[in-house]
Amino acid sequence: MVVNCEEVWREISNYLDGGVEPHLRLAMEEHIRGCRRCAAVLDGTRNVVQLYGDERMIEVPLGFSQRLQHRLNEENTHGSRRDFLGWMVAAAAAVLVAGSFEAARSSVFSHPELRSEHAQPGARVPLDMLVVVATDGKTFHAAGCPFIHDKAHIRTMTAREAQREGYAPCIRCMKQYLNAG
Amino acid sequence: MPGETTSLTDPAQQFNEEMLIRRIRDGEQELFYELVRPYERRIYSTALAILRNEADAEDVVQEAVLKALKHIRQFRAESRFSTWLIQITVNEARMRIRRQHADRIEPIDDHQDEEGNYVPRDFADWREIPSEALERKEVRQKLAEALSSLGEKYREVFVLRDMQHLSIEETAKALGISSASVKTRLLRARLMLRDLLAPGLGGSWNSRLSFEKGTKPW
Repeated sequence: MVVNCEEVWREISNYLDGGVEPHLRLAMEEHIRGCRRCAAVLDGTRNVVQLYGDERMIEVPLGFSQRLQHRLNEENTHGSRRDFLGWMVAAAAAVLVAGSFEAARSSVFSHPELRSEHAQPGARVPLDMLVVVATDGKTFHAAGCPFIHDKAHIRTMTAREAQREGYAPCIRCMKQYLNAG
Repeated sequence: MPGETTSLTDPAQQFNEEMLIRRIRDGEQELFYELVRPYERRIYSTALAILRNEADAEDVVQEAVLKALKHIRQFRAESRFSTWLIQITVNEARMRIRRQHADRIEPIDDHQDEEGNYVPRDFADWREIPSEALERKEVRQKLAEALSSLGEKYREVFVLRDMQHLSIEETAKALGISSASVKTRLLRARLMLRDLLAPGLGGSWNSRLSFEKGTKPW
């Protein structure tokens, strides 16, 4: 299979997301190896995604959290005073009882096994695929994976870099690469 | 307590969230900030990317959070709470834009043709902008400016997918568009940003930076 520059550009985004079929991926890689312009498009696009995916790009104004909290407190105070003060006290007490019961019940169904199965090699994960990692996590993930550890502090990088930094592929979102062949 | 960083592991965070939601639904509304705290920065950046104005973005975040509190009973556990919250924020931000543009005659920039192929600008090579450059405020600002210069539909998709790290499907759901549209817009957004950020071409933002003797901030 042979692809031209336009076809490479059209699929470059899917390529970085690991969303192209293996035969197309190979054809694109073959083309990019011999095409300086497409190599520059790939490098630039990857760079853009990495930069914007960085935690440092998210900044909030000074006092933002306090103002949000204050607004919520105001709402809660007015709301509860208005109508259901007595009811809420009784409800909260009931919730504490029900909550602890539910906590005990739910723990049976929680899945703490995730963090014990991180050692599978990711040999088949496309190395150029962009993945996300948590700074203090152990695994790398496809963007949007619900098992990303500590979503508040994540970075975007290639699978190659993630593996170099010692991250292992997530056994959920990277399943297809772990089980293939 | 306030300002503390939550560093819970994912299963623990998820469990904690479920507990909080249950208690809030049962009346402990004062716990709601605890629930949204891990995501407040993310929803702010989402609102900012759409609205391009800090005051509006903060206002919209507050509205979105109050709305989420009010409708917490409608939250369905099959989606993530963070995604639900982002979705509400997107809707609020969009409504704010519509209101702001209601008195204008021309429609906002949302009718560009996205079917035609986008041809990336031709650079001999891409000069890597290292992530360490993000330590510098002017670099972050220029990246934000480049993003601001995109049309709304491209900014929305890009911010949800590449900054909030939602999946294609979650992005599509949050924006009420198809996954195919997400992919098309994402491709174009990424390529346009690449073109805008390419160093050395006297692009719209490079030329405004006061570099010493042609050096770049990275």
